[in-house]
Formats: sequence, structure tokens, C-alpha cells
Amino acid sequence: MHTSKRVSLAHLAILILLFNANLAWAIELTGNVGAEFQHFYKSPVRSDQKSNNVSVSAEAELYYPFPDSKDSITFTPFARIDQNDSERSHVDIRELKYHTVHANWELRVGIDSVFWGVTETSHLVNIINQIDMVESSSGEDLLGQPMVLLTLVRDWGYVDMFLLPGFRERTFPGRDGRPGSRVLVDNENAVYESGAEEKHIDFAMRWSHTIGPWDLGVAHFYGTSREPRFDPLVSKVNPYGETVLIPIYDIINQTSVDIQATFESWLLKLEAISRSGQGDPFFAAVSGFEYTFPDIASLGVDVGIISEYLYDERDFQPMNNDLALGVRLSLNDMQSTELVAAIIQDVENRSRSFYLEASRRMGDSYKVSIEMRGVGNVAPNDPLSEIEADALIMIELGRYF
Amino acid sequence: MGILRMGFTVIAVIFFVTVGDSRAQSPSPEEKGLEIAKEADRRLSGFGDCQEIFTMTLRDDRGRSRVRRMRILTLEREDDGDWFLSIFDEPADVKGTAMLTYSHTHTDDDQWLYLPALKRVKRISSKKKSGSFMGSEFSFEDFSSMEIEKYKYKYLRNEPCGDLDCFVSEWIPTYAYSGYTRMMVWHDLAEYRIQRVDYYDRKNKLLKTLLVKGYQLFDEKYWRAMHWIMENHQTKRSTTLEYSEYRFGVGLTERDFDQAALKRAK
Repeated sequence: MHTSKRVSLAHLAILILLFNANLAWAIELTGNVGAEFQHFYKSPVRSDQKSNNVSVSAEAELYYPFPDSKDSITFTPFARIDQNDSERSHVDIRELKYHTVHANWELRVGIDSVFWGVTETSHLVNIINQIDMVESSSGEDLLGQPMVLLTLVRDWGYVDMFLLPGFRERTFPGRDGRPGSRVLVDNENAVYESGAEEKHIDFAMRWSHTIGPWDLGVAHFYGTSREPRFDPLVSKVNPYGETVLIPIYDIINQTSVDIQATFESWLLKLEAISRSGQGDPFFAAVSGFEYTFPDIASLGVDVGIISEYLYDERDFQPMNNDLALGVRLSLNDMQSTELVAAIIQDVENRSRSFYLEASRRMGDSYKVSIEMRGVGNVAPNDPLSEIEADALIMIELGRYF
Repeated sequence: MGILRMGFTVIAVIFFVTVGDSRAQSPSPEEKGLEIAKEADRRLSGFGDCQEIFTMTLRDDRGRSRVRRMRILTLEREDDGDWFLSIFDEPADVKGTAMLTYSHTHTDDDQWLYLPALKRVKRISSKKKSGSFMGSEFSFEDFSSMEIEKYKYKYLRNEPCGDLDCFVSEWIPTYAYSGYTRMMVWHDLAEYRIQRVDYYDRKNKLLKTLLVKGYQLFDEKYWRAMHWIMENHQTKRSTTLEYSEYRFGVGLTERDFDQAALKRAK
């Protein structure tokens, strides 16, 4: 009895080991590690903020496809360690999801990221995930969002239905962090409109479809606003005697459309939202084009010209009535050298911001990226004045595996 | 009189036979070029769906080399161009990037790119025909799906090509934005397989030569080449393309070529 039990336990242990070995064999691992150096060439707002900053990051994706089906499990942890800003040193689960695929529907359960939108200089309609602001002010780094996402596949398009339990607060740089803002934001004491606070269950639905050259998306979101509201009266004073704003997360309804029309070398784009529940209801939109000159002078280089107009009905917004002009270069070389740069200028007060992002592969598994961000000609009352001191030049070396 | 009449009849018969014959037996070079292209295309089609691994080795003029690897799924379409889903595996920084192409016979292709780092699907302009594909000596148009209407053809001659005998034809692209004024195409007489292509640039100078090798027969019907070598005479760079794990009739459907499939491609 005793012996047989021991034998069966041993068998079980061997079985588990074999199973795990098989599983480990089937898991696909990809990812990257990166080292980043940032230089801030203007004097800081606070004396503790440094001119130079070093940080390292790592992201791994573990992907397990179930045999004989299209189902899978994906786990993507991310971590960054930052020299100067403890708020920027952070860990996040970008993905941890089960995904099942069927003839006319798909289901994702777990933590995932979703991107909606078409424009270059602003990501207005993208709302499912919170922005990881300490990663980048570009709005393209997102925090993993818990969700149940059911996708229906129909002849007349896709319907994505989201159930979003659990809200992620926007990450703001700490007092020593750069690029930061003159205005400090509290990362711990957010105020919620809903009594359920960050446990409020949000919903969203999106229809998307392609009709000839048109790619269309219409969506509605109900729940906790990803973008916080600030009120000078909702603040506290830190030990340095500085005012720290507390983010207010309202329950909002937001309806959005995103449209791209692709005609030969023209991409025509529109994103528009209508939001209520966060102060007065308002409307905002981004619209413009990208035109590509392919293979200029038979050199293999593609040059794209970008122009977008940004409108926001709210008053104190950095891009409320702005015109963006940009350029995209693709060298189409062995190193996949690329560059995109844009200037965004307020039509009325001429305050402007700019960014430049470039990257080039080195060898087989390294990539070097350069980024510049800054503002200029800032009118005294323009929201850009808050970030005026933190213009930056950044270089990152990433190793991919 | 009788003889005269008989003679006239004979002459008439000979005349009609020879004229009729010459019409049936020797089509114009344009007609013959078109017929060769059509026959070659006919022999490539009917496969339904397939998937394969595609490995490109890029060599520069100093002999340094880089590898690009991707998986390609193809769905044959009856009345229009084929559908393709390409998933990049190497280099590592573009792993998981995927491209969905609906090629069209009469209009521009529809093309979407999925960028895994941003979780973003981007519809892109398919006008980028003459530009390099991933830094290789192949351009986008070299991979675009073969449609008869895309070229004007002219048969030139027969000549030996390696161990085989070939038709040599001139192809002139009729679509806009091509990087080529013309191509010289060698098809073997036996199976109408492309053996060699010479590409002439916009100034009508010899730009590239493609050698197609290692033909294998699949399902006793479909000849597919496993090795492609593209040499650029102007830059002295070359790209070798190897196909492997070719599989036909894997049961792919339209659902494997939609935007949901593009987003989950790994």
C-alpha cells in the first residue's frame, strides 16, 4: 500500500516533469533588453532634477500556442529601472491572456493591450488601455488592462465587445523625474467619481470594417476616464511646500470614429471623439493626411509628408487648435533606417512642440534609437509652458532576442 | 480550259492553305509572348492554398551578409489577385511584424501592416513598388502576384538555358511606378518554368539578374523553385532567397487572411 502509493507519486512526478518539459519546449520566448541615456539640455524647474539620466528596461513575451488549434496563452512582463526617478522604476504585466479563435468569433480573457486609431501626431480615440506616461509622453506605451474581449467576425465587419474590470491609474513622473512637468501630480491618492473607485467595471464596443479604400471604426466607451481631470482645489502640499495635484477620474461616455482612406500614395485620416461626464461635454478631432513619395530618385528611399490639424473644444489643452507638419523617411536599407519628425504649432498663439524619432538596426539583434522632444516659442499661458524645461535628447540601445 | 481551271483551283487552295497556315502556325511575337505567359500562369495556378518558410540572405558589395526570415501563407483567389499573410521571424527586432496583402488584378493592392510593439494595424500605400523589400535586392513588385494584365509581352527567340531550352520573351510593365522599363524572361520549353529574368532600370540599363533554381514538383502538379538568386549589377549586391517547408492544401480559409488573423499572427 505504502510502496504502491510511493510508486504512483513517483509516476505522477515523472509525468508532471515530462508534461512541463513538453510545455517548456513549446513556449516561444521573444523580447528585448535596453539601455537608455537621456539628456535634458535646459535648466530644471526643481533643483533636484538632473541633466542626465540612465535607465535599463526589459520585456519578455512568452507565447504558448495550443497544439492543433489557434488558441494560445501569452504572458508579457515588462520592467524598467531608472537612475533618478523612483516613479519611473516600475514593473507591469503588459499581457497575460488566453486567446481562443473560432470560425466567426474570438475571445480574449486576461490582461491585454488594444490600439485604436489612425493619426500620427495624436492618439485621440485610443482609450481601452491607460497610458504609461513615465515610459514616454508619446502616448504609445500602454499599461496592461484586464479585460474580457469578445470579437464577432461578420460579413459587415468586426464587433469588439469589451468588459473591463479594474482601472489603471496614469503613471506620472516623480518630483525628481524628467521629462516631468512644472505641476506635480500625486500618484497615490487619486479621486474617483464612482464609489467603486478603481474597481468600477467599464464597457466598450467597437465596430470596424474595411470597404474598398476605407477603413472605418466606430466605438463607444462607458467607464472611468483614462485621462484624469485636474482641479487646483483638489491638491495637497508636499514636504517641500509645493502644490501636488491629485488626479480626478470621472465616469465618462465617449463616442469615437476613426477613418482612414487609402488612395494610391495618399492616406487621409480622421479621428474624432465626443466625451461627456468630465466637466462640460466636448468634442475633439484630429484630421490630416500622409503622402508618400516612394523610391525617390531611384535611391530606394521613401519620403512621406504628414500634415494634421488638431482641435479640442476644451480650453486648457496643449493641442486645442494646432497644425502639425511632419516628415517620415524610410531608407529601406539593410539596417531598416527610419526617421519620423513633426512640429505641432498652435494656430493662435504659435506655441509649438516637436519630436523626432529615428532608429537603425545594428548587426542582427541590436537596434539603436534616437529621440528628441521639446517645445518652443511658448506663450506664457499655454499649457506647453509646464513642460518647457524638460526638452530632451535620448539614445537607446536595444538587444532583441 | 479544264487544266486552267484546275490550275486556278490548285493555286487558290495553295494560297488559302498557306495563308491560313501561316496565320495558325506563326502568331505574332506579341501573341506568342502572351501565350507563353498565360501557359506559365496556368501551370502555377489551381493550388488553392499553401504556406512556406522564406529565408533571404542579403550580401553587400563587401561580402557581409544578413538573414531575413519569414513565413508566408497564400490563399488563391478565383477572380482576383491572391491573398498573402507574411509573418516576420528574423531579424529579432521585427519578429511578430505581419503584413496582409489582398492583391488585385485591375486596381492597387490592399495592404495592412501589424506592428506588435504598438499593437497597431496600419493600412499602408501599396504604391511602393520599386522600393527594396527589407533591404534586399528584391523590390516589392518582384513579389507582387503575377497577373497577366500587368505586362505587355513579346516573344523574341528560343535559346539554350543551362541544360534546358528556353523561350525568351520581353515583358514591359503596364502598371504605374514600376522601377523597370522592361524585363527579359526565360521560360523552359518543357514546363514553362521561369529560369531567368533580366531587369532593365528606368534608364533602360541592365539592373538585376534573377536566376531561379532547384525546382521541385509538389502534388505531381505544381513546380516551385527553392532557390532564387538576385544579383544587382549596378551595386554589386546580391540576395539569395530560399524557400523551405513548402506545403500545399493546408486548409487555409479567408479567416486566416483577415485583420483579426493579422493581429494574432505570431
